[in-house]
Amino acid sequence: MKRLIILGAGTGGTVMANLLRKRLRRAEWAITVIDRDNEHYYQPGFLFIPFGFYTKKDIVKPRSKFLPRGVEFIVAEVDRINPAANEVVFQDGSNFPYDFLIVATGAEIVPSETPGMLDGWRDTIFDFYTPDGATALAEKLKNFQGGTIVVHVNETPIKCPVAPLEFAFFCDWCLIRHHKRDKIELVYVTPLPGAFTKPVASKALGSLLEEKRVRMVTDFNAERIDAAARKLVGYDGREVAYDLLVTVPTNMGSEMIERSGMGNEYRFLPTDPNTLRSKKYENIFAIGDATDLPTSKAGSVAHFQSEILAENVLRAIEGKPLEPGFDGHSNCFVEAGLGKAILIDFNYDVEPLPGRFPFPVIGPMPLLKPSRINHWGKLAFRWIYWHMLLRGRPIPFVPARMKMAGKKRPETGAGPGETK
Amino acid sequence: MPQRQFGTAAVDVDAEGFLTDFSQWTREVAAAVAKEEGIAELTPAHWKVIEFMHKEFKENGQVPSIRKLNKSGVISTKELYDLFPGGPAKKAAKIAGMKKPEGCV
Repeated sequence: MKRLIILGAGTGGTVMANLLRKRLRRAEWAITVIDRDNEHYYQPGFLFIPFGFYTKKDIVKPRSKFLPRGVEFIVAEVDRINPAANEVVFQDGSNFPYDFLIVATGAEIVPSETPGMLDGWRDTIFDFYTPDGATALAEKLKNFQGGTIVVHVNETPIKCPVAPLEFAFFCDWCLIRHHKRDKIELVYVTPLPGAFTKPVASKALGSLLEEKRVRMVTDFNAERIDAAARKLVGYDGREVAYDLLVTVPTNMGSEMIERSGMGNEYRFLPTDPNTLRSKKYENIFAIGDATDLPTSKAGSVAHFQSEILAENVLRAIEGKPLEPGFDGHSNCFVEAGLGKAILIDFNYDVEPLPGRFPFPVIGPMPLLKPSRINHWGKLAFRWIYWHMLLRGRPIPFVPARMKMAGKKRPETGAGPGETK
Repeated sequence: MPQRQFGTAAVDVDAEGFLTDFSQWTREVAAAVAKEEGIAELTPAHWKVIEFMHKEFKENGQVPSIRKLNKSGVISTKELYDLFPGGPAKKAAKIAGMKKPEGCV
C-alpha cells in the first residue's frame, strides 16, 4: 500500500483530498490528511466580524466534515518534514512515511516580526486575520469614540491582498451609518506605491479610497511601532500617528516549513509556478498560500490550482511528464462598502482589467467597478465555499485558466495590461 | 522600446527606466543611473548589495526581497534604507540593471 500525505486541511488541502480520493484507487493508495486542529474557518468571513455582520461561530465548521470517506484524518502537531527519508516527523518524535506529499500549510500573521507591534497588541493595535483578533476588534470598534484609525499593511506578500482595502471601505460605511464619520480620520498605510500592485486596479481602487476620504500613505515601510506614543515609525524617518491601528502584520508560511529547512525567507515553499511541484523534491507538491508563487494568496487561487495539481500528482505517480497548466489565475470580490463590491479576475501575465464576467457583454458581473450584484456574489460565496469548492466540485462558468473574453484594456497608456 | 545613452553605453529601458536587457549593464551604467536616483557615488557598501542581487538573480531568477538581503547577513534593512533612500528594493534593482521587483499580488 502506498501513501499520499496532505499537510493542512484548509482550502487547498481539503480540495486535494476530495479530488484525489476520487482518482486514486483505494486498494493501492492510502490518503492521510494532517492538521493541528479540527477547526476549518471560512477565512473570507474574518473581514465581516469586526463590523458585526458575522461572529466566529458563523464561519467555522469541523475540518473532518469536508474530507471524503476513505481519507484518514489525523489531528497532531507536525515537527518537520524529512524529505531525504520521505517521512513526516511528529512533535512526539514518531514518524510517518509517505510516497507523495502535498504541502498545504497556508500562511499566518507574525506580529513579532515588527519591533513594538506586540506592545500594544489588542490594546490599541489589532489584526483581523485571526478569529480572535477580528472578534477583539469588533469589541474595540463598538466603543471607539473618535480619533484616527490607521489601516496598515506591514509587508507584502499578504493573504488576500485586497482585504485591508475592504476593511477601509467597510470602516467608512460603518462610521457613516453610526454618524461618526466626521469625528474619525481614516488613513491607509501601505509599503506599495499605490492601493494595489498592478496599475489599472491600483488607480481604480485608489480613487475609491479618495472618494471615501481615506488618506493614503504609500511606500511606507515600518521599522518599528512606538506603542506608547501610538505611532508607526518608517525606515525613511516618516511617522504616522494613530489612535487605533488595524494592521496586517508580516505574513509568513508555517514554522514547520522553516524547521524542515525547506522555506524561503518568508517560510514559503519554492514551487514551480506552472506545475506546482516543489523546485527541489520530485515527490513533493504544494498548493495555496504555502507556495512562493507570485500570485495572490487567496482561496480562489488554491481552487484554480487544485484541478491542475490533481492531474500532475497522478502524472508524477505514473512517471509521466507534468502538465505546466497553472497560469496564476486569481479571482476575488472586493467589498467596497454601501452594499456594493468590485470583482477582479487576473493571472501571472494579465492584471485586473475592467469588463464583464463570466460572459462578455451580458456579464452579469461587472469587473473592476462597484456593483450590488458583486456584493451579493460575495455573500453567496460562503455557501459555494462550503458546499461546492471544498468538495472539489467545479464552479459553473469559472474555469481554472483565466479567460480574456469580456475584458477590456483601458485606452490610455500603451498596454499596461501586460505585467511581467 | 525607449533607449538611453549613458556615456558610451546605449541601453534599452522600460517606461520606468528599468533595463530590459541585463547584458547591456555595465558599472558605468550603474553609476549613471545611481546619480539620477540621487546617489552621488556608489560606495563599496552599495556594490556589496548590487553584487548580492546579481548572484541571487543568477541562482533563483528572482530579484531578492529586502527581507532576503537582511536575512542573508549582507546588510541590515536600516542600512539599506540609508544607502538607497526612498525605495531601496526598487532603486537597488534599477541600478543593478534588473527588472522591477514583483510586488506580490
